[in-house]
Amino acid sequence: MTDFRSQGRRNFLAQCLAGAVAFGAGSVLCAEPEHATPGAKSTVAVARDPTLRGTGTVIDPRRMEALLDRAMQALFGGGRLAAASPENTIAVWRRIAGPDDTVSMKVNTLGGRGISTHVDLVAAVCDRLQRVGVHPANIIVWDRDTEEMDRAGFRFATGGDRVQCYGTDRVGYQDELSAWGSVGSRLSRILTRSSTVLINLPVLKDHDGAGVTIALKNMYGAIHNPNKYHPNGCDPYVADLNMLPEIRSRMKLVICDATTAMYEGGPGFKPEHSWKANSLLVSQDPVALDYTGWQMIERKRAEMGLKTLEGEQRAPHYIATAADGEHRLGRCDPSRIAVVEV
Amino acid sequence: MNSKSVAEENLVDAPIDRRAFLLCALASGAALGAGGLAAPAAAVPLASGVESRSDTQFTFEARFYEKLANRKIRCKLCPRECIVGDKERGYCGVRENRDGVYYTLVHSRVCAAHIDPIEKKPLFHYLPGTTAFSIATAGCNVNCKFCQNWDISQSRPEEIPAEYISPHQAASVALQYNCPTIAYTYSEPVVFAEYLMDTADAGHTAGVRSIVVSNGYMQHDSLVEAYGKMDAVKIDLKAFTESYYTKVVTGQLKPVLETLVTLRKMGKWTEIVYLVVPTLNDDDVEFRGLAQWVKTNLGPDVPLHFTQFHPEYLLKNLPITPVPTLERAKAIADAEGLHYVYIGNVPGHPAQNTYCPQCRKMLVERVGFTASQMLIRKDSTCPFCRHKIPGIWHA
Repeated sequence: MTDFRSQGRRNFLAQCLAGAVAFGAGSVLCAEPEHATPGAKSTVAVARDPTLRGTGTVIDPRRMEALLDRAMQALFGGGRLAAASPENTIAVWRRIAGPDDTVSMKVNTLGGRGISTHVDLVAAVCDRLQRVGVHPANIIVWDRDTEEMDRAGFRFATGGDRVQCYGTDRVGYQDELSAWGSVGSRLSRILTRSSTVLINLPVLKDHDGAGVTIALKNMYGAIHNPNKYHPNGCDPYVADLNMLPEIRSRMKLVICDATTAMYEGGPGFKPEHSWKANSLLVSQDPVALDYTGWQMIERKRAEMGLKTLEGEQRAPHYIATAADGEHRLGRCDPSRIAVVEV
Repeated sequence: MNSKSVAEENLVDAPIDRRAFLLCALASGAALGAGGLAAPAAAVPLASGVESRSDTQFTFEARFYEKLANRKIRCKLCPRECIVGDKERGYCGVRENRDGVYYTLVHSRVCAAHIDPIEKKPLFHYLPGTTAFSIATAGCNVNCKFCQNWDISQSRPEEIPAEYISPHQAASVALQYNCPTIAYTYSEPVVFAEYLMDTADAGHTAGVRSIVVSNGYMQHDSLVEAYGKMDAVKIDLKAFTESYYTKVVTGQLKPVLETLVTLRKMGKWTEIVYLVVPTLNDDDVEFRGLAQWVKTNLGPDVPLHFTQFHPEYLLKNLPITPVPTLERAKAIADAEGLHYVYIGNVPGHPAQNTYCPQCRKMLVERVGFTASQMLIRKDSTCPFCRHKIPGIWHA
């Protein structure tokens, strides 16, 4: 398993595979329903592995890789689970990025080691990107703050032929404002200057103000003033933020790390309110993914005897807003979402 | 403050030297619009000098909050009453919950420092012709779509360059540069209330007064405690409708009006600025309602400044306020019986001067931000008719 300390195997793979990788990868985010085939559904793949941690508490990196591959095959296999062969793995990742791309991976590390995007998951994604020819130096793992990333296990790395890993605090935000609807913010320079493709890697957790925080709200970590957008359950701010062209045009994939998830008490880590969901949710529609993740949290809340988020007057209404006629960022109608469980 | 951070206890409160002041002024210049806050992405250096310092020296337990269950807190500083979970910040962006304890992150963390004419605040009836050592930290508890200083007010402290200036150092600089006042301004002093209070105390000990330029969006108790230490207050009354406060300011009108009444009861010298934004708050009915409210609740002698809007931040689609609009606002307020109605941000306009309401003679002439002539007597009366002119005119 690769990590941010040794890049040898990935570099080797990248060199071997570079010649075979096609140009022009990257499909249009299907969170653009007006461009989608009428009647088509958004797919959300939910991959589970109850043995992800073997017999212990630590995630097995190889099982994590296999889980990611299964999720991606399910997402791009039209609901059919193809064998996770190296060829199939490359084929699905070619749909996300290619050799000419600079890929930024927005992780979520606010909650520290307890509830952050897992390093092994990110390493697996980096590995697959390099297999399709993305140069390691053109892969940037980032969040808003380098120290927070460090606390979550992401080691600072810049320069050289290796995956870059740092927070926006190191490079700052755009001088200019980007505005849409209720939102006017300066975006991370990592996003705007250093990436052609954005892979969103949120976690699955409860949020005391927003209801849940998954893919759409993870973009709060890309702007200089997230504190301004928490009133009214973050609605419509989350949806408006994701409408910014700098975000919308780049986000090609969401991989939600639900290996550990929280059904209550978020966004800070509360071990007493977390559970080992041992899952990944993958989609190109962040709205559909958020809706699906929200329902997972609701099911867990019901199991734990808690009220629904609506019952607590903190249902994540911003998800529906993101799908409305003004935003069209994706689908939140369950009849238009195909959840593929593998 | 009753409690000092460990970092501050270990620091010597030496007077700020010229280099540090210049650094601070340069930093504030950048923050106030010069841009260039961070190095190019490729270089990946630290974003600013602040990052090399320990944040602990700026971090104090906040006042004005209460602890809730599950390590949450409720902020009691402003009417927003943010309920903030662990590891989160309030709406202002400069106060953070860490393990159930709420901290201000901006004590002594000065991102803007200048020596300004007091007329720039504007305070027209308070020590005219003097200068104020003017300081700010990052953060604001509202989000006005027209904010002129949005790059500091709408930023979190770690995002902009800043310097450590302790309360005693601030007082020393004011003395060193012959400023009779320290002004808390530029961003929103409500959010750095602890620093403001400590600096006011340090200033008073050194013989330097304190003034504040604020939106007045505060809770009653924090207002009394924090602004009770001020010698004069300027309140930005953004509009006279709740809808404007909701849509343009992201706040509420009612608490601001309550603040003005409380300040009046406290006997604080207070002036009001009303930024006239074309099409949004420039209606005759609104001007009249405002003037009537001021006269009824605060009296006719409270100075009211109608100032010109310039397109900025999220309201770049609107024009500069036409001068006739400002003159119309003044005419309405004059007609309602207010004695000191000014027009601001229009250099050379005669309504920048102070006239005696009784004999109509000019008493203070202003050119830009400079008081070029000041005739009011030591006993605060008109030299021509002896009418009492409210204000603090002489140090």
